This record gives sequence, C-alpha cells and structure tokens, in this order.
Amino acid sequence: MNFITIDKKDWAPGIDKSRKTFRVYGPVEDENGCQIKPLAPDTAPKMDAPVTVMSAKSVLFPQTEKILTATLDESKQDHHVMTPVETDDMPRVVLGIRPYDAKAVQLVKLNFDNPDYQDPYWCAAYEATTFVGLGVTHPGPCDFSTAVGCGPFSEEGLDVLMADMDDKYLAKILTKKGENWVAACGFDTEADPKESQVLFDVLRKEAEKQIQTDLATDKLAGKTILDLYDAPFWDDVAFSCINCGTCTYVCPTCWCFDIQDETRHNTAVRFRNWDTCMSSLFTHHASGHNPRGTKVHRVRQRFMHKLKYFLDKYDQGIMCVGCGRCVASCPVNIDIREVCNRMNDYETTK
Amino acid sequence: MDTCIEKIRAIGADLLAKGTVEKVIGFADGSIPMATRPIALTSDKEVDKLVFNSVCGLNLANYVSKNSLSSKEGKIAVVAKGCDARNLVTHIVENQISREQIYIIGVPCTGMVDKRKIAALFDDEITGFEEHGDTLTITSASKTETVKKADVLRHNCRVCTHSNPPVYDVMAGDPVEEQTLDHPYEDVDQIAAMDLDARWAYFENLTKNCIRCYACRNACPLCYCPTCFVDESSPQWVGKGQNEIDVTTFHFLRAFHCAGRCTDCGACVEACPMGINVRDFTRKLNKDALELFGWEAGLVLDKRPPLDAYSPNDPNDFIK
Amino acid sequence: MENPYLPYPVRIDDIEVATEDKSLKTFTFVFVNPADEEKFAYKAGQFAELSIPGVGEIPIGIASSPVEKGFVKFTVFRTGVVTTHLHNMKKGDLMGIRGPLGNWYPWDKLENKNVVIIGGGFAFTTLRSSIVYMLDPANRKKFKNIDVVYGARSPGMLLYREELFDWEKRDDINMHITVDGTDDPDWKYHTGFVPQVVEDNAPVADEDTYAIVCGPPIMIKFTQPALTKLGYQPHQIIMSLENRMKCGIGMCGRCNIGKELVCKDGPVFTLEEINQTPKEY
Repeated sequence: MNFITIDKKDWAPGIDKSRKTFRVYGPVEDENGCQIKPLAPDTAPKMDAPVTVMSAKSVLFPQTEKILTATLDESKQDHHVMTPVETDDMPRVVLGIRPYDAKAVQLVKLNFDNPDYQDPYWCAAYEATTFVGLGVTHPGPCDFSTAVGCGPFSEEGLDVLMADMDDKYLAKILTKKGENWVAACGFDTEADPKESQVLFDVLRKEAEKQIQTDLATDKLAGKTILDLYDAPFWDDVAFSCINCGTCTYVCPTCWCFDIQDETRHNTAVRFRNWDTCMSSLFTHHASGHNPRGTKVHRVRQRFMHKLKYFLDKYDQGIMCVGCGRCVASCPVNIDIREVCNRMNDYETTK
Repeated sequence: MDTCIEKIRAIGADLLAKGTVEKVIGFADGSIPMATRPIALTSDKEVDKLVFNSVCGLNLANYVSKNSLSSKEGKIAVVAKGCDARNLVTHIVENQISREQIYIIGVPCTGMVDKRKIAALFDDEITGFEEHGDTLTITSASKTETVKKADVLRHNCRVCTHSNPPVYDVMAGDPVEEQTLDHPYEDVDQIAAMDLDARWAYFENLTKNCIRCYACRNACPLCYCPTCFVDESSPQWVGKGQNEIDVTTFHFLRAFHCAGRCTDCGACVEACPMGINVRDFTRKLNKDALELFGWEAGLVLDKRPPLDAYSPNDPNDFIK
Repeated sequence: MENPYLPYPVRIDDIEVATEDKSLKTFTFVFVNPADEEKFAYKAGQFAELSIPGVGEIPIGIASSPVEKGFVKFTVFRTGVVTTHLHNMKKGDLMGIRGPLGNWYPWDKLENKNVVIIGGGFAFTTLRSSIVYMLDPANRKKFKNIDVVYGARSPGMLLYREELFDWEKRDDINMHITVDGTDDPDWKYHTGFVPQVVEDNAPVADEDTYAIVCGPPIMIKFTQPALTKLGYQPHQIIMSLENRMKCGIGMCGRCNIGKELVCKDGPVFTLEEINQTPKEY
C-alpha cells in the first residue's frame, strides 16, 4: 500500500482514533498566528494554515528541555549525583508539517546523531516521531526551497506526504512509521499507485513553478573558508542587524543550545535552552575575552555556518532548506538569499 | 509622505557631497513586500537607495547608540520621524551621543502601518504592497485589497501626538498637524480596570508565545546597556529558560528600565516575530510619567528625565 | 544509548592552593564508583567538564597524567560562576566529572621525536600531564630530547613548583623556567618573557622536532615568530586552544573556529591547521 486517499470527513475521526497510540502535533491557530503545537483533545490541525512563524523543530528539540537532575539534600544517599530525567517516548505524530521542515530534521540529525556521540534526548524523540507532511501547493514569496535541494513536495525526512485534493487528501506512504500511523488512524482506502504518482508529479511541478528565486549555491564549495571569511561585504551585510535571535530561533536547521543549571529547594536541574550565535554571550569567555565580540563577527558566523562550514563538514549541501522564515521574520530584512548570492559570486582578488 | 523622499534624498546627497556628514542613516527598500531595512550611506551617489514610506517602522536612533559612535567618527545624519528624533534627544540627554555628532533630517510622519493587521486581511501570504497617498494596495496570490492607510495604522501611530520631530537640523517636509487626544491612554485604562485575576491572565496570555529572541530589546534605542540584566551571570537575575516567571520577569524589568524614557515608537512591537504587544508594558509607565511628572520623553534637550532628577514636590512619599 | 551529558560522580579528595595569589587551586578527585576510572581513560592533552549540580559545568584541561592512577587532578583558575563556586568547595564534597573530552597531543606522531614544551601562566596543566607522561619510565625512551620552557609572572605564580624543581635536577629533561620579574636574590633560573627565553634556549628545529605551545593569547602571538626564527614549520607547532564551551561533545555549536569545533575536533591543533581557519579563539 503506497498510496491511499483520506476523505476529509474521515480525517478528524481518524486522528482521534490514533490518539490511543500517538500524541498528536499540528498547526494550531491563536490570535498571534499559527504554531506547531500538541493538539488538544477534540481539536483538528489547521491544515490550510499559512507557514508557521516557528518551525517544527521544537517537537524534537524543545526550546527548554530538562536533561539531568540531582538532589542536593545531603541526608539522601545519592545526593549530588546527577541522573537523566525520564523522557517521554510515547509515539508522536506531527501532522501538516511542511516538507522543508522534515528535510530540516535530517540536517539537524547530522549534529545530534553522529558516529562519535548521540544525543539521547533528541534521538529518542526522533525515534518516537512520525512526520506527516502536506505538500505546499501555493508557496509564498519567501519560499526558496527548490533552490536548496528541497521543494514544496520534497519527500526527504517525511513518513507520509499528503496532497490536498479539495474533498480528500491523497497520501503517499513513505516509511514503516508512516504505515503504522495510517493503520492507527484506520485510513485504508487504497489509491492507484501509478495514477497517484502522476497526480503528485503534476502538483509538484505546478508548485515548483511558483517559486521564483535566483539563488545560487553552486560555487560555495569551491571557495576557501578564509577567502569567504575575509570577504569585504560583511560590514555591509551586518549593518542593519540588531543581533536578536529571531533568525536562529525560527530556523528549522539551527540547533545550537546552551546548558544551564537551576536549583529549586533541594533539587538541582540541568536543562538546555536554544541558544543563538547572534548573542555576544554565546562565545563570551569568563575572562572577558570574546572571539566573536562584534555583531559583524556574529552575523558572519551565522551565514558562514549555514552556507560554508556545514557544507564543508558534511558534504550534504548547505544548512538551509529554503523555508524563508528568517527572511519573513527578520526585523531588519536581512535576506539569506542575497547573502548567499554575494558569497557564491565572491571572487577574491588575492 | 510621497514627496518627502525626494527631499530626504536631496538633503542626504548635499550633506554627503559637502562632507557635512560622514554617513546618512536611513531606510532602504526591503526584499519582500512591506519590508524596509536600515541602511548607512557614505556617498551622495547612493542616495537613490533611500526610501521613506509607511513600513519604516523601526527606530533609527537605535543605530546611533549601538554602533559605538566614537568621538573619532564624523557627524552622522539620521532620517528621523517624530519618535526617532525623540529617541535621539533621549540619547543626547542620557549622554550617549552629543548634539554635535548628529544631524537630524526630520520627517513629518503620517504614521506607520500595522503589518499584522494587513496580513490578517488575507488567508495567504502577501506578494505585493503599494502605497499611493493615503491608499494602500495589497495583493496576494488569491486577491487584491485596497485599504485606507488610516484604517491600518499601528496603534502607537494612532495615538501619536508628536508626529513632527521636536528637534531637528532640517525638515524634509512641512510639519503635519498634531492631534490632541481626549483619552490618550484608553488601552492602559482598559487593562487597569480588569480585576486582579483577569489582569494577571491578560499578561500571562500576552507573553505566552515569547521566544526570548530579544528582538524587542535589541530594536529599542533605550536598550543600550553594555550588558543587559538578563545576560548577567553573577548575580544571575533571571533564569534563561522558557519558565513563564523568567519570561515575564524579563518583560517587566525591561519595561521598568524604560520608564520615563520610552517614546512609544513601537519598534519593539514591530520587531517581535511573535506578535506580542510589548507596548502593553511600557504604555502604563508612560502614562505614569505623564500623570505623575508631566513628562513625555525626548521633547527637550535641557531637562533631565523624571527618574534621573530630584524635585522637592516628587509625588512619591519616600522622597520627603 | 550512552548519555554523554551524564557526569561520573566524584569526591574532592584534596584541594591545594596552587599560586601565591590564591587564584588557582588544584583539585584532586576520586571516582565514587571505582569502575568509572576505567571508563575515564584519557590521554595527555584532553579536557573534562567539571560538573557541579545546580551550578553548572566548566571545561578544564586534565592536569593529572594517564600514568597516575587512582585519582584525577585539575588546576582551576577562579574567574566565573562555576570556578568561584568550586574554589569555595571543601574536601569530601561530591560533584561530577564528564569526559574525557576532545583530542590530545599527537603522541603517536611524537614518538622518536624531540619535543619542546612551551607554557605560560596557568596554561600549564595539560603540559604537566604531558611531561609526567613522557618522563614515566615506560615512556621516556619513546621520545628523544625533551625541553620545557615555562614562565609565569613571578616565582609564586609558577604552577607545580616542586615538580618543576625536581625535573630541573634530572638529566633526561631540559628545563628553562622563567619569570617576568622577581626581587628574590636567590632566584637561579631565567627572568624574561617566554618568547625571548624560547628564542634563546629552545633547540633549533630539525624535521624531528615538535613544539607544543600553551598559554595566554599574547604569549602565543609572540612565541610564534620566535619558533619561526628557530626553523619550526607550522605543522611542527602544536597548540591547544580554549573557547567558551557547553556540551563538550561538538553539539551545542559555540566553540567553532571555522568548521572545526574546539571541543571535539580540538582542542589540539597544529599551527598549520589553525592557519586554515578564522582566528575566532
């Protein structure tokens, strides 16, 4: 069973049925727009939501996450011995995720799940999560996913890819996880694989056509890190930057974090928070020295990491899926597409 | 406001050509609809990059205080709406810059539009934005909307009573008429009228989506502290996670730190990616500053702000 | 799945004030669970996160040597929140150690080579570890000449003074101890800054000579030209870098210099490698 159709009147009941085995996440609307959040009982995801301000990364990587705890009560035998907090490994499904957000998870995975170390919290959440994507039929003006090896109907990282066919969804089941979720919902109306694939291809081409972008990344790999780092345009790129963390927090591929300890009564908790390379604190030594002490350093770090360091380190393309959230949310309209082109076009005169 | 830009460009070109200023800080067009970006020009050949329209919602005074204006640097011209100019005055009063270091190109302002309000008119993403006089034409893939600018003004612009810069070196247009308001703080009064639980719930709801990106703080010209209290480690005043007490502590303390200094420019709200009306915090303090001290920030160069000055008739008991 | 954030519980077994200004203390830790010592097997040049529940973690180079068993040692400068807390802790207190982390000095490559160790100030911890390792009877024959240039502001600011003076008496290691200045009339070693002492005393490089340099940025900056004068090529100069770190395992993203993560790809790099990266350390 590769393709199924889901009648929209069966959609909400199917999701409810799956709640026995899945915690359900999806786009939820409030007065400030849409966010990917856990769905309250009896609520259906807002599948026609415009792009959410925040990506879906918090499902695997919450902005604040407890990792270890210890008692400081010296009358207890194990005082001051840290132990991992229990993680909730109940299967979860993210409905209506945009394909680029699923691809982003695969890029983030390179960081959290590598041959040397595996982050147990992220990995457990990843194992537990099923991604049900919805193809983007009307990409917005900030979407440049096709220019960075992704696209509005990209399947990478998804377990199920759906397409909105007015009164029904056409769903392509991509993995075993996807099969399990479909079964849990009781969706079982098979669709003809050949015809369905043709439909998907048509929709994909239609959607891809709407993305107009002249972003080029082809020459980035051929340049040296130091040439790009020493390029003359960084002051200009950074001038308007106010060094807030918006671009990094809305980004589905930004994974940097901070580790903090707090105590409450006699309990110590170690947790991690999203962190941002835009903050001067990020690299501030206790001595007062700061290797990235100016905003130009920090703006350059963000773009160099995404567009050059990552590319050189993993050889898996750039660390960007073209969602355009940073472009849409940046208070001063720093546009990664322009910066990328400047980097790609830069020829050193040395 | 259409005509202003020609004057702004001409003034900027003249200042740069004559060497009166080293650079001109203004707004340039952005890469997406309804976006502009702050820009610094150093050559009179570049002045065509300058724009001024209804989406220049940030405060350019922010680019004077935080770009380490050393005494070595030459004079800088700043394109300033009423509120930008008031923040430049505040910078001068607070000794962040000297009056001689800046050249204020004053812009009589007819207000900035609320991008969220406009976005709310559409189910899909906005692909085009045009402005002709008082009329805005906004398009998306599915439709085109024509609206009166007055109907989509930001709240701070609707209640603004200082559209013209109080201090300037040159004006880029004739002053606009200033409005007077019978109830300038209706929004604050509404919140104040809530009972305790409702008010608490209101503020909890207000910050529930905060991601602590600090865009509000960093867009604010007042927030020039070399190390913000949230970034201090010894002592650590506030936790760094998403605990709601920590989040609200940040917002409350930041607002108090702006008391008697805030010009209600709205840059904090403009910058917030999560749509938080950060002004709900600062407006109450602006109201207090006005009612208790008869003070509005950034209007005059020769008076200290109320929390910075001693007066025998201070309304607070502790002073007596 | 191993949890790389989980520290081994340790007990503070000894605390020794390391410098006359009391800004440095050497902490000796023993593992609460003896089996953890095996798991903590390390090489000279690596670091670990000292982990105080409820306070935080701090990355510190390991000052004890792999040939010393039964304990691990760290010499810690009091500067931030965690190190200040640590300086106030007592013998017997419990805390954690997470590691070993990072790479180490290239001991395989250094076999049958002359090794010149250059250190300044309190950046002598992993160098102490290295010297003790190389001088171990089982290891000494693996290396040719060993020279050490170590300097501090004053005699009382030298770390591991007794060991230094013991090594000074040996004939299988050439010690060049220096201080910036002293009013001690009996001071019988060098006075002057490390770069000058290097230039005057370190062996001229041949292809079998490597220098390991650790110290404050200013010392490193001025030692490089001295080594270049003596004929050291960038690949013969080995350095250990420091950057702000949190995770220590290459995930949290802050300590990078270019694409290299100081915590995981480093902290040890050759100057040749560093020359390929932005100088963000």
